[in-house]
Amino acid sequence: MATTAVEHADVTAAHSSEPTGLWSWVTTVDHKRIGIMYGVTAFFFFLLGGVEALLMRWQLGAPDQTFLSPEAYNQLFTMHGTTMIFLGVMPLSAMFFNFMIPLQIGARDVAFPRLNAFSYWVFLIGGLVLNASFLLNAAPNAGWFGYANLTSKEFSPGLNIDFWVIGLQILGIASLAAAVNFFVTIMNLRCKGMRMMRMPMFVWMSFITQMLLMLAFPVITVALIFLMVDRYFGTSFYVPAGGGDPILWQHLFWIFGHPEVYILILPAFGIVSEILPVFSRKPLFGYAAMVFSGSFIAFLGFGVWSHHMFATGMGPIADTVFGLTTMLIAIPTGVKIFNWLGTIWRGSLRLTTAMYFALGFIAMFVIGGLSGVMHSVPPADLQQTDTYFVVAHFHYVLFGGTVLAFLGGAYYWFPKLFGRMLDERIGKVHFWLTFISMNLTFFPMHFLGLNGMPRRVYTYPEGLGFELWNRVETIGSLLLGVSFLVFIYNMLKAWRAKVPAPADPWEGATLEWSIPSPPQEFNFPETPTVYSRDPLWEHRRAHGPLPEPQRVSGAEIHLPNPSYWPLVTAIGIGVFFLGFLFGVTLPVILAGGALTAVGIYAWAFEPPH
Amino acid sequence: MMHDAHALPMDDTATGLDTRKLAIWTFIGSECLFFASLISTYLVYRGKSLVGPFPHDSWTSPSGEHFEPILEIPLVTVGTALLLFSSFFVVMALAGAQRGDRKALLTWLGLTIVCGAFFVGMQVYEFYHFVHKGLGYTTNLFGSTFYTLTGFHGTHVTIGVIWLVTLWILAARGKLPPEKALNLEIAALYWHFVDVVWIVIFPVVYLMR
Repeated sequence: MATTAVEHADVTAAHSSEPTGLWSWVTTVDHKRIGIMYGVTAFFFFLLGGVEALLMRWQLGAPDQTFLSPEAYNQLFTMHGTTMIFLGVMPLSAMFFNFMIPLQIGARDVAFPRLNAFSYWVFLIGGLVLNASFLLNAAPNAGWFGYANLTSKEFSPGLNIDFWVIGLQILGIASLAAAVNFFVTIMNLRCKGMRMMRMPMFVWMSFITQMLLMLAFPVITVALIFLMVDRYFGTSFYVPAGGGDPILWQHLFWIFGHPEVYILILPAFGIVSEILPVFSRKPLFGYAAMVFSGSFIAFLGFGVWSHHMFATGMGPIADTVFGLTTMLIAIPTGVKIFNWLGTIWRGSLRLTTAMYFALGFIAMFVIGGLSGVMHSVPPADLQQTDTYFVVAHFHYVLFGGTVLAFLGGAYYWFPKLFGRMLDERIGKVHFWLTFISMNLTFFPMHFLGLNGMPRRVYTYPEGLGFELWNRVETIGSLLLGVSFLVFIYNMLKAWRAKVPAPADPWEGATLEWSIPSPPQEFNFPETPTVYSRDPLWEHRRAHGPLPEPQRVSGAEIHLPNPSYWPLVTAIGIGVFFLGFLFGVTLPVILAGGALTAVGIYAWAFEPPH
Repeated sequence: MMHDAHALPMDDTATGLDTRKLAIWTFIGSECLFFASLISTYLVYRGKSLVGPFPHDSWTSPSGEHFEPILEIPLVTVGTALLLFSSFFVVMALAGAQRGDRKALLTWLGLTIVCGAFFVGMQVYEFYHFVHKGLGYTTNLFGSTFYTLTGFHGTHVTIGVIWLVTLWILAARGKLPPEKALNLEIAALYWHFVDVVWIVIFPVVYLMR
């Protein structure tokens, strides 16, 4: 690849200095810029979801409060879940995919740079559509899983569910396009010598995540199509009066929804598997076992969906089968946990902030994993269904798991993204604040749940013994909010300090640390060749540390041209779906379809220069 | 995509597979789950319609209105046969494109397009006819699942026809030389997939009683 790239010497010197200005961001197809755009947008949505959570916690801080109306509370818990999953965690994963996958496999960009920009724009439009519902005081209000037939026109006549359906359909397109792109990127753009079993573990876990995305998202697309036609045309897919079965929604939703939880956690597994070896100064323990256990988790993930549905009364056989498959998933997950422990075992540990978060991840994820196994036992699950125990469980895996890993990844890769170091002392304050406050917030939910406090109910009466722990949780959640302010302060401080980060601040093992921080537009002046899983450590052992890489002109390197057609196509898709939002509006749908078609054709025939 | 200076130079990919070809295969894998969900729903709701008309049986409503069985096999069999033949035609068109035989390319690709267009036309006629016979989209579960499943398949065929027409125009203007035959190959892969899906839908919907 290096040679072919250099042969394309007919490119103007425009590439030697990076273009700046708003337009350069709108038309960018550079995976690093798109990664940053994903990160900034998703972090904003993540904070929004956090504020939604704080409002709910404030309401629940004491019994019989009227700070929030039941209607507002319904909208907030629905938007909190939907936002955190689809607009927070998934696009934050997409930020890591975008920025790190090409760097870690030694590529100059993703396989389809314009498709990558398209994914981002569609995601942005989907997120805006979903949140625009607040402006009409019609935010989605049937839970992030939108169970039929609560979502039917009969029981939800307002626009709330329409915003939810349309928003999710748009977001699904973004996820699918990105999944195809990253799958092909990882398959085809690996540099010389990077066999599959030499890929960094983050790339492996991302690779598996893309497969889950490709196979899970079409199912929710279909489920949402049925809901759309039920609402807009009066069909009876989920309407019992017309012969339909609301349980069909649950099956389709969870066939998507369970793989989705692995979509949320596998990238986090990958990030932790990058951090632990570097700060233990040891290669990842049990590399192959990590790969296969990740694949096994993904495979089993498609065979456990009905453990979300024990309360529907599926009968003893289905209950048993889904209980057993669910328990089975604990095995590969346990393999991973022991491999992480094996990695730090007798390592020469460096307790950086990134390492703190990675270690915190292991502990918190184990707690969430254990309560998860409890749910695989149908009789126990029936007691826990719809209580705060379930809320405790998924916050331990999603916050204690995914978010802690992402924060670790942020401290680990921030120097590479922005060329600045985050402050380690503030970082440790940030870690302890996060760690303590998340446990204050989420651990008492176990007690409340087992004592029978139902989830998704806007208040509780005095005298049920719920007061103390709810008060503790609310204090914890406020502290958790403060911890994110500390994080933001740390990032702003790093940004203003303008102290450049070295290329390899952590003595990393993988290719991204071999190039300047932040990387130049073309990533690698010459695409690298690797001979092992830890190419930089290999080099360090044989020849000592790499010299600090110099910035080079790169004028002769052929890079993809910027393009605004991905944005035009994305807008077309947005308009198309908006045509369904306020009742079926054919002119809008046709206009959107036409704009999409124009975008696709212009994209396909865009002249090379 | 026709002339993609935006894609990175990738003459030698890590797998040796062309990147765009790998992408369409990946996309097809995803589409399998899309149609699997639609077909499963059709099967789950088979025979669950509360009122007629029914696919294979006649029905008399409580008010005495009589409905004949909806499905008519002969017409759709012709459509199915033409769609199957079109998969063969597109292979011939690709062979023509690869050896630079423009006449063969245009002829076979034209035949593919005609077959695809006939299939879409057949479906439009079928829908119109069924509505006329009393099966609306919301009449019963059969109507809803039938129109949704075959409608989404028909949409895929229509997109395929538009794609192939685009390539035919390019070929007619001499812009599909052998080194760009991959553009047709990718469309052909999609076309075969749409065809294969119909091979499942046809027996499930029309033949299975």
